[in-house]
Amino acid sequence: MRLRIDYYASLREQRGLDSEELETGPIDLRGLYATLAERHGFGLRETQVRPAVNHAFCAWDRGLADGDRVVFLPPVAGG
Amino acid sequence: MSTVAPLSFRLTMEPLPASPPSSAPARAGAMVTFEGLVRDHNQGRPVVGLDYSAYLRLAQSEGERILQEAIARFTLVRADCVHRLGPLVVGDVAVKVWSFAEHRREAFAGCAYIIDQVKARVPIWKRETYLDGEQRWVACHDHEVSGC
Repeated sequence: MRLRIDYYASLREQRGLDSEELETGPIDLRGLYATLAERHGFGLRETQVRPAVNHAFCAWDRGLADGDRVVFLPPVAGG
Repeated sequence: MSTVAPLSFRLTMEPLPASPPSSAPARAGAMVTFEGLVRDHNQGRPVVGLDYSAYLRLAQSEGERILQEAIARFTLVRADCVHRLGPLVVGDVAVKVWSFAEHRREAFAGCAYIIDQVKARVPIWKRETYLDGEQRWVACHDHEVSGC
């Protein structure tokens, strides 16, 4: 399936991209984050990021489908 | 009593307005305003400035959701929040909340809820610049002593 990953804040800096498209086999959010974190040396563990799919917060066990847009949000610091 | 009340959540690169976006509803006997300021230190380090960035679409929807929750929970008659993005310096106002209620207890409590939830949930990030020139992404979980 084809996924779009958008990056923000420290992960954007570490990835060096705002956004990318990936072609993958079946994968879940945990597997996706683990793969990206290892490949690009992300400094945030899974417990430190929060997933969002198609512009909505979601649980880690939400399934992924072709065309989904994924963000792994670093710890927020607004306000 | 209806829990539907007007609200607005806005993200902007411009300096924040002095007045709320709309005049006080006639039912309101109290308006409480919160201003979050850029202060000159964080965790003992001197701060010279910071930069806010956001996942705009999700920040907008989550901000509105928080205002709706506050209105329902505290019977507010109106709630507004504006958050600034981009570069700010010490002394700038980073965020403002206006909560309106029939009575002051609900207005105070609603205002506090809104800013607490915005800080905890809205996808906005802060990059601080320190006096020595170092820049660092700030995370709420860093603030174990001072709190967020």
